[in-house]
Amino acid sequence: MKSIVPRYTREIPQRARLEGAKCLKCGHIEFPPRLVCSKCRHREFETISLQKTGTLLTYTIIYTPAETFSMQSPFAVGIVELDDGVRLTTQIVDVPLDELKIGKRVEMIFRLVQKEGHAGILEYGYKAVLTN
Amino acid sequence: MIGIVGYGSYVPCYRITVDEIARQWGKKGDDIKNGILVYEKSVPGMDEDTITIAVAAAKNALKRAQIDPQKIEGVYIGSESHPYAVKPSGTVLVDALGIGPEVHVADYEFACKAGSEAMYVAFSHIKSGEMNYAMGIGADTSQGAPGDALEFTASAGGSAFIMGKENVLAEILATYSYTSDTADFWRREGRMYPMHGSRFTGEPAYFKHVLGAGRGILKKTGLEPEDFKYAVFHMPNGKFPLKAGKTLGFTKKQMEPGWVVPWIGNTYSGSSITGLSAALDAAAPGDKILMVSFGSGAGSDAFVFQTTEAIEAAQHLAPTFKEMTTKKRIYLTYGEYVRYRGKIQLND
Repeated sequence: MKSIVPRYTREIPQRARLEGAKCLKCGHIEFPPRLVCSKCRHREFETISLQKTGTLLTYTIIYTPAETFSMQSPFAVGIVELDDGVRLTTQIVDVPLDELKIGKRVEMIFRLVQKEGHAGILEYGYKAVLTN
Repeated sequence: MIGIVGYGSYVPCYRITVDEIARQWGKKGDDIKNGILVYEKSVPGMDEDTITIAVAAAKNALKRAQIDPQKIEGVYIGSESHPYAVKPSGTVLVDALGIGPEVHVADYEFACKAGSEAMYVAFSHIKSGEMNYAMGIGADTSQGAPGDALEFTASAGGSAFIMGKENVLAEILATYSYTSDTADFWRREGRMYPMHGSRFTGEPAYFKHVLGAGRGILKKTGLEPEDFKYAVFHMPNGKFPLKAGKTLGFTKKQMEPGWVVPWIGNTYSGSSITGLSAALDAAAPGDKILMVSFGSGAGSDAFVFQTTEAIEAAQHLAPTFKEMTTKKRIYLTYGEYVRYRGKIQLND
């Protein structure tokens, strides 16, 4: 089995701390970071911490998940726009599903995302909770 | 002055009532509630464990401390439910919070007293001059065996305390520990649920050590119960801490703000220290607070704190215990509870 450990370790700054890359020329924020700015093609960035609050743009309810997430079914996955404009796909947790609504405010939190089988590593990262 | 420069707690939003657990096992909920003075307990979400609870509590502590996480030189997490048998919880936490990599990290275990143990180590590093800031955390997602008495109380939650010597919110005036080899509660390697000595967990274990540490620190400091605004004792249930406090001469009024167990259950390594967090939420400058933890096995750590002028400005920089535990609660059925706690086995 191919181990997920190297990739998981490499992505910790993004998954655990929501670190993005801000283009030093045009100010566009890339998340996850890229080598070349998708707006102006510049190659120099500064590392920034993304805003931890945002707005729920859209969501769906997963009733038939991948096996790893079968115990959590049904659960919500949505697209969140953080207050600095970055959009990301994330699970939305700690909410009765009938309370979800587009436009609600969210906060990004740190949670267990999945387990690598019964003996592999535990993979942590960001999820969203409603704040209103 | 050395003491707490930031504190924070986290309790999951899921709850199960004692009535619901009693219903499952054909017991009378009212009898149990009257016996243990616990009405409901917190349950971790399916994506929550000791690490995520510790991270959430530590974030709240950082909000109150208002310091750069990079300044923290030591991180200690106490728990009896570290997610890995081999691999530290603390390493996940420091990377999640942007602490380090120049940081000393260790995980601790001492049943329910592992959190105060972590606080004691963090405090000692500041006192020795070895570090400027260090964080002690206690967090747990404890399990009681289905049908066992512990199932009514074993819950989830935690608190984090950043120790330092600048902008101190609560000075640590004294510490005192009391320990002996007492097998009142244990879990062998590889076993999912703990075992306990039933009534042996009372007088020879909890009360011997909590009262030993309480009397010891009062003697050491020369303080009397009436010198304290608040007193917090480890809360395996609602009755034990009230009885211990009364035996030492404390009133229910002194214990009530930190008596958090009736509505969240026993958060194990997070128990007495979350009571401390709630007491700090209510404290005014100059208040003295006694905290006595208890860990089976067995031992107690006692601390005397005195809040400073800085406490009031810090209290609302992060959610208070009351805000956190009353704002959002999602109640589970027993069936949902066993799913959330991973007690259901699926085929691969």
